[in-house]
Order: sequence, then structure tokens, then C-alpha cells
Amino acid sequence: MKILLVDDEYELVSTLAERLSIRGIDADWVTSGEDALAKLAETNYDLAVLDIKMPQLSGLELRKQIQTIQPNMRYIFMTGHGSAEDFFSASSEEGADAYLVKPVNIDDLITKIHESLARQALGTTGPTE
Amino acid sequence: MSLFKALKPEFLNYTAAESGPFKSLFNFRQLWRSRIIILLCVALTPLICLAIFTFLVTKHDTEREIHLRTIRLASNAKRTISFFFEERKAALDFIVRSNSFEQINDSSQLINILQSLKDSIGGFTDLGIIDATGRQLQYVGPYNLQDVNYASEEWFKEVSVKNYYISDIYLGFREVSHVIIAVKHSPPNGLTYVLRATLETKRFNEIISNLNLSGTEDAFLINKQGIIQTPSRSHGKITEKLTLPVPAYSEHTEVLEMPEDHDRKIIGYAYIPETSFIFMLIEKKSELMRPWRSSQEVIIFFIALAILVILAVIYRVATHLVNQVFLADLKRVQTLHEVEQSSKLASIGRLAAGVAHEINNPLAIINEKAGLIKDIFSYKEEYKHDLKIIGLIDSVLASVERCAIITKRLLSFARHLDVSIQMVDIKSVIEDVLGFLIKEAEYRSIMVNLDIEENIPQFETDRGKLQQILLNLVNNAFAAMQDNGHLDIKIRLLEEGFVAVSVKDDGSGIPEADLKRIFEPFFSTKTKTGGTGLGLSITYGLIQELNGKLNVVSKFGVGSEFTIILPLKNTIATKGKNK
Repeated sequence: MKILLVDDEYELVSTLAERLSIRGIDADWVTSGEDALAKLAETNYDLAVLDIKMPQLSGLELRKQIQTIQPNMRYIFMTGHGSAEDFFSASSEEGADAYLVKPVNIDDLITKIHESLARQALGTTGPTE
Repeated sequence: MSLFKALKPEFLNYTAAESGPFKSLFNFRQLWRSRIIILLCVALTPLICLAIFTFLVTKHDTEREIHLRTIRLASNAKRTISFFFEERKAALDFIVRSNSFEQINDSSQLINILQSLKDSIGGFTDLGIIDATGRQLQYVGPYNLQDVNYASEEWFKEVSVKNYYISDIYLGFREVSHVIIAVKHSPPNGLTYVLRATLETKRFNEIISNLNLSGTEDAFLINKQGIIQTPSRSHGKITEKLTLPVPAYSEHTEVLEMPEDHDRKIIGYAYIPETSFIFMLIEKKSELMRPWRSSQEVIIFFIALAILVILAVIYRVATHLVNQVFLADLKRVQTLHEVEQSSKLASIGRLAAGVAHEINNPLAIINEKAGLIKDIFSYKEEYKHDLKIIGLIDSVLASVERCAIITKRLLSFARHLDVSIQMVDIKSVIEDVLGFLIKEAEYRSIMVNLDIEENIPQFETDRGKLQQILLNLVNNAFAAMQDNGHLDIKIRLLEEGFVAVSVKDDGSGIPEADLKRIFEPFFSTKTKTGGTGLGLSITYGLIQELNGKLNVVSKFGVGSEFTIILPLKNTIATKGKNK
């Protein structure tokens, strides 16, 4: 299992990756959509955790581009702009399995990652928070 | 009292602001009063003037008619009585002129003459021939008056001077009223003598009774000394003195008006020529005016009825008109309040968005860093059992979580600046929202009843905002309810293109004092349990954005019902989405 964390906040994304690593999840991280696409070109990932609001390339736009490279990729969205409306918007994205509002609880994130990967294995989808 | 309450206009109970931006345009109490007074003046003044004019004119006409009628009756009576005496005097004149003294002085001839008078004219009692010395030479009649000397009698002196005499009425021995007529005859070459006749007054009284008087009218004769001569209904007996003064002499029939107790008397009188009699016709004015008064009572009744109808109509119309102005002004003030509220919400929203957005990311970093510290301590054996350090880090993480709840709410508050209109199926929106909360409902054994009318069409609104509105309302209901509570969600189609969604809980309800403040930002009764006081502000703002209305009915300790009314067609401009 390999996942990619994408968030423009360096301090956040790097720490989150380290915490996931402590818990045995192999996570790479980048701080922009462009870096993410570059990373995806050289490595296959099972799941991407994307920040919705990022400069240049937003999380939702990045998902569209990744979809063309890796169609089977699963996604978990994160946002600092949390609302029910965001939840419904993000949930409607293809391949989106979860929507989390920052600050993210690490245990919740790990649960969502496992659920998403389990769905991927079963071939089903559905948004949860 | 309850009728007064029912009729009391709504605006009389309303205390308007006397200054400031929400001041009423009018003093409705004063406006209402002045409208009623003006309308009353305009409507009632002509009516009352007409009523007074009619009253005075008809009264004057009636009095004039009474006056003329009295004169007519008195004149007729005067003519008839005058004719009565003229006729009898002429008969006696004819007798003395058509008979010689010798013929008339013959008792058998005089008996024949008396019988002829009784048969032809009637009413004659006796006849007597009196010579120039006053001695009665011949007498035919029921009494023994032969040789009686009348020389010292006033009537004899008067007939000697005036050639005729008509006496007052007297009762005589039999207590039967009589009147004497005497004529003097002085032939050119013969003895001067007087023919004297006594007449019953029965015929005379018949003349007066034939005047067809009403029950309260009184007609009789008096002499010039005021002694009653013929029977009177209510002014004394024959030969008694009349209590009223003798009216002044007039050649013509006259009418007087005199006060009597609480009434007035109309007195018609006429001096009978060549006699000492005065015909009196006395009537009570109130009785004569009775028909006029009856007609006036009917007119006054209808005028009073008309005034009552006018009062009722004016009250109703003035109240309705002022009430319409009042409602319009109330709507204006309400709109001003809403504008102020919206403006306040927008300002707070912009501020909240800026603050929350800036705080959320550093908060997330604090969260991750503190989490990492906790991870490091938790995974290293020497710190794993240091509960103090772990407790401190948990405290930091709990505070971060609290801040996160607040920033989430603040951001939600700011979100309703954008609206995106699309055709929405309300049923699917409700199901989405309930799907979001169903786990909590199951966990807390809250029974959710969903009642959606079948014919509700898809309608134009912002799906995301509607979801958030419903989510907030259902969330609030869940927060207000105990475990095992009941939540009823009803969706109904209203007339004129509206749909109503009501969310009713059996939770704690809202105290009446708080009801007015629940939409104010940061007003919360749950601050100790994490309430931010933004939930209903956001909901209120969102509903306004969707051109909807929010009604609240709540009873403390019983529960609350929030009803959203949304238009089926929406004209809000779409501003695009803001992520």
C-alpha cells in the first residue's frame, strides 16, 4: 500500500506523512499539484490524499488530471474550508471515498484510508466522513 | 369587553419606535382618530343639518296648520251661533210687524203664534207682551208671569234703548238653561210694546257639539264677564267663572297660545255679534302636535339607524385603511430590520471567513505537530508511561479540536455569499441529509418520521445551501432532543408556488425570551457544550439567500418546529461557486 499526500502547507503535509509512517503506512508527500503529477509519473500509488484548495492546481482539478494517468486511483479530500456543501461537492467527484476537514484526526484518516482501499479491493465506491 | 377587544384595531396595541431608523411613518392612533373624525364630519354634518331643517320646517308648518284649523272651527261656530240668534230675532221681528197690537195681545192668538214658532223653528218655551211701562200684558207659557212688571230690569232698559235684547244664558226654576230674546216694536200710530221669548239652549248646544271636536278639545260659550254659558268638558260648569282671562275684543276670530302646567293651550275665540257671547275653542297643543311628533319619532329612528350604520361603516373603513397603512409600514420596518440583519450577517460573514481561513491551516499544523509529538512519546518506551506529558499533549489536541469546530462554523457562515440555482428534488436532498445523520439517530434511538407529499415537483433552488439549511435544522433538533426523541419532517406544497418544509422535535424548546434572539450571530444557550451561536444565523442567512422564509414555533419544555417556506421559482442571480 502506497499513498501520496498533496497539500500546499509544507509543515502540515510533511508531519502528516511522518505520522502515517510511524503507523506503518508508506506515504510520500508533495506541496503542489504539479509536483504531485511529476511524482505520479514515476511512482504508482493506491490512494491520494488531496487538499482541495491549493494555488495553481486545486485538489479537484488535480484529481481530474490524475484520473487520466491512473484511472484506478482512490481519493480522500481534505480542506480547511469545511462545510456540508463542500462535503457534497467533493463527494460527487469520481473516485472520491472520503472528505475530511482540517485539522484532521490521524485515526480518522487511517480509518478512511483502510476503508477506501478495502472498497478498491471490492470494486465499490461511496463517500464517508 | 370581548366585543371591544375584537373590534379594537391591531395597531392600537402596537408601540412604535419614536425615533431612529425604524421609526413609524405615522402616529397610527392619531391617524385613525383623525380619519374617523373627518369622515364622521363629512358624512354626518349634512345628515344632521337636514334633520334639523326638516324638524324646524315641519314643526312650523304643523303649528301653522293647527292655527288655521282653530280659526276655521271658531269662525264656523261663530257664524252658526250668530245665525241662530239672527234667525230667532228675525222671526220675532216678523211677528210684531205682521200682527197688530190687538191681534198679538190676544191670548189665543199668542198661543197660536207660540205653537207656530215651536213647530217651525223650535226651541221656544214661552212668549210675553210687555207694554212701555214694563208690565207684562200677555203671557203664554209654563209659568204664571201675567202682570209681572219688568220696568226695573236691566234687560227691559236695554231693549228700550237698543230695540232688541239677547240675554245671557240662565238656568231658571227647572235648572234648565234658557236664553231670552226680546224685540221692541213702535208702530207709527200705536202703542209701543216688547215681544219677549224664552228659548231652550238644547239646539244651541247641539250646534257646538256638531263641531266634530276630538276628545281633548273643548268648545263652549262665555259671556263678557267670563261666566261659562254652555257645557264645557274641562273648564267648569255653566254659570261658573272661567279660570282663564277673558280674551280681548276683536271683530275677527283670533287664536291665542297660553302656557298651562307643562304644556301649552291653543285658544281660538270669536265674539258673537249683537250678543254678549264669546265662543271659546280650547285645545292642548301637545295633543294637536301628536301626529307630527309621531312622524318625527319615525324620522328620528331612521336617522339614528342611518347614523349607526354610518358609524359602523366609517369605523370599519377607517380601521381597514389605517390598518393597511400600518401593515405596509410594519412591513417596511421589518424589511429594514432584515436588511440590517443581512448586512450584519454579511459583515460578520466576511470577517469570519477571513479569520477562520487564516486560522484553520495553522491550526491543522499545530494539530499535526502536537500529534507527532504525542506519537514520538507514545512510541518511545521512556515516555510511553509519562501520563503527564501525554495528558498535556491531549489537552493541546482537544483545544485544537474545539478551535476547529468554531472555525468550521465560521466558514459555513461565510459560505452563503454565493448562490447556485438548479432544479432540485427535495426528497433526494432530505435523504442525503438524513443519510449524513442517520448513524447518530440510530445511536441515540431517535425516531425520524419523514412525511413528504407526493405531488411536490422539482423546484429551482441552491442544492448545497438547501442541504446545509436542513442539516443545520436537523442538527439543532438532535441537539435539543434527549435520547429516544421524535423528529418529524414534513414537506408540503403550498398554494401560489411555495413549498414548506417543517422540522419538528420534541426537545427542550426555546424560552420565549430567547425566541427573538435565536437568529443573532453568537447567541447561544449551549456555549458550555460547544455551541458557537452561529448555526441558526447561518440557516437564517441561507434561507434569505434562497428568497425563503423561516418561521419558528416553540414552547419551552415541549419542543420546537422550524418551518422553511421556499419559492418554487427562484430569481436569484447565480454568482458561481467559491471553493
